[in-house]
Amino acid sequence: MLGTALLLILGMSIVAFIVGRASGRRFLRASGSSIHSLPSYHGLFVAVWVGVPALVLVLLWAALSGTIVDSLLLASLPDSMTTGVTGAGLDLVLSEIKNVAAGLLFGEPRPEIVEAAARLNRWDALAGWAMVVVVFALMIVAFAVARTRLAPRFRARNAFERWLSGLMIAASVGAILVTVGIVVSLLVESLAFFRMVPIGEFLFGLNWEPQMPIRADQVAGLGAFGAVPVFLGTIVIATVATLFAAPVGLFTAIYLVEYASERVRSVVKPVLEVLAGVPTIVYGFFAVLTVAPAIRSTGNSLGLAASPNSALAAGVVMGIMLIPFISSLSDDALRAVPRSLRDGSLAIGATRAETVRKVMLAAALPGIMGGVLLAVSRAIGETMIVVMAAGLIATLTINPLDSVTTVTVQIVTLLIGDTAFDSPKTLAAFALGLVLFLTTLLLNVIALRIVNRYREKYD
Amino acid sequence: MEQLVAPTSKMGVDVRHTGEAGTTEIKVSAQNVDVFYGEKHAIKGVSVNVPARSVMAFIGPSGCGKSTFLRCINRMNDTIEGCKVTGNIRLDDRDIYDANLDVVELRARVGMVFQKPNPFPKSIFENVAYGPRIHGLVHGKADLDAIVEQSLRKAALWEEVKDRLKEPGTGLSGGQQQRLCIARAIAVNPEVILMDEPCSALDPIATARVEELIDELRQNYTIIIVTHSMQQAARVSQQTAFFHLGILVETGSTEFIFTNPHDQRTQDYITGRFG
Repeated sequence: MLGTALLLILGMSIVAFIVGRASGRRFLRASGSSIHSLPSYHGLFVAVWVGVPALVLVLLWAALSGTIVDSLLLASLPDSMTTGVTGAGLDLVLSEIKNVAAGLLFGEPRPEIVEAAARLNRWDALAGWAMVVVVFALMIVAFAVARTRLAPRFRARNAFERWLSGLMIAASVGAILVTVGIVVSLLVESLAFFRMVPIGEFLFGLNWEPQMPIRADQVAGLGAFGAVPVFLGTIVIATVATLFAAPVGLFTAIYLVEYASERVRSVVKPVLEVLAGVPTIVYGFFAVLTVAPAIRSTGNSLGLAASPNSALAAGVVMGIMLIPFISSLSDDALRAVPRSLRDGSLAIGATRAETVRKVMLAAALPGIMGGVLLAVSRAIGETMIVVMAAGLIATLTINPLDSVTTVTVQIVTLLIGDTAFDSPKTLAAFALGLVLFLTTLLLNVIALRIVNRYREKYD
Repeated sequence: MEQLVAPTSKMGVDVRHTGEAGTTEIKVSAQNVDVFYGEKHAIKGVSVNVPARSVMAFIGPSGCGKSTFLRCINRMNDTIEGCKVTGNIRLDDRDIYDANLDVVELRARVGMVFQKPNPFPKSIFENVAYGPRIHGLVHGKADLDAIVEQSLRKAALWEEVKDRLKEPGTGLSGGQQQRLCIARAIAVNPEVILMDEPCSALDPIATARVEELIDELRQNYTIIIVTHSMQQAARVSQQTAFFHLGILVETGSTEFIFTNPHDQRTQDYITGRFG
């Protein structure tokens, strides 16, 4: 029914456009150049009048009719089935009816259920047809209203532009609402968590053992939700990644901007872009299969005990992932330094290296800092590499040769397997996610402010 | 009388010279210089002698190659990809395109001031101290302070900025910025200063101050200035060279070039018939 309605709206809008444009052409022939808008704007004006309200109605109908039919259905059930049954129980009855109505039979359903299912199918069909009829009527009315407004001096162009800007406002408001919705859902679940575990214990506790029983017959620890070791692990890995990526990326950028010939640059830049396009899970393979064993055997031969999934391995590979990111942002920042500054320094007799170090880097530093901060916030939020390459046990250590876990890894493990959304174990994932979100948000805001301030200076 | 210019160049272009040279010592001497930007032949067989401790002006219509030629003298054209310079340019009888010559050393001896003031995004003090520092000309803070003050005084900027040496150089007015750039150039104690339209971004008052400064600097430095303004050339220079389409058409003392040019093209340009 929904498909039929949408096709109907599309067809009617096209018809409306053709009719409106024909009116516009008639005005043009009759009154010559004194017509305000082009005929196609008359057509578009009628088309949006017909199409947009009908579309909104259909979407609302589709969203609401399910709930209304459900409540009618429950009301129609014999009292014996509904008395004493609450929330989840009613949902169970409803889904059984719906399964039967869709032809999915499990065993012998009760006769009341079969009866209700037949009723449901009847009502659904009725609601569908009702929607088509109502939408059609609405379109006819809108069409008539829009046509009466057409006239040679009618400002169809302006009216259409208003519709269009309304559409764009709706799109951006939608995007913002979705973002707000995500944050709110994160907040609500986190608040539920903080009702079970005090926020102070979560933020400052030194012990993280979230595996606790969610059923009476499970054997597990008691659960401890001190997030400090988890965040420390994230910081260790992000630090290793940044310490590795920032110099390499920056030197790459300096080389490309200041030293490389056009030919070298035309090879190196695309290769870096390929590096940026490698899926993170492939980096994960690389970390687990190549880098981690190499670090372990090197560490052992040097007499250092390196864990098989060391923070160093995950951090270095994450750093490799960040190199193109940092180098391309630093490249932009260095390129934005006016050529006159560079020439001025060279003309005093500075060497290229002196010019880069004392003039170009000084002038581009805010842009480079911004780029590095953005990279750090990516490193903190990065999931796939650490899921594959970092450990699971939260250890309170800053030794990069030890195994550490990260916030993202913990979120993944907390939500895998048996979950119940009223236990602290599951809800802890949302609290971790909230803190992670706030951290990266803060870093991004700082980075963008730095980058913007710097842009104002030279443009 | 000093023969300032070779009578004929390699390209067969007749280059005349007019008038007499004021001094006898030749600081910069160019013979048959050609410059190519890739396929483009930008400078064609230019030969010119620049006398020491005087101001020589390069004039000519836009795109005639005067700035390109200026940038050959401190080898700034080396920084442009695809630019090739042939011929012979000598500074105090030493070939500056010699493979053994250190370009850093050359640029310390031949300073440059650009069209647009380009102070570094550092403090006024640091802008002037930049050159002495990288060339290791100073020993200790007092020494550096002295050089900075001396350079700013020579650039006629000291009185205006002595109380705010720590403030950024980019915060000065356009004319002050340009004088700061001149101070920066003379802080490394060069012998030649190249000026590429140094007043084109300045208002008339700032221009007058810079011109005054150029006249004073002539006591100690050899100055070559590229300018679009013939009045400026007439005001500040003792020698003038007229460029047209990559060729050095005529050179000689400013007085003679402006009053009694030999070449019709020079005459046309000076009287405003083209350019």
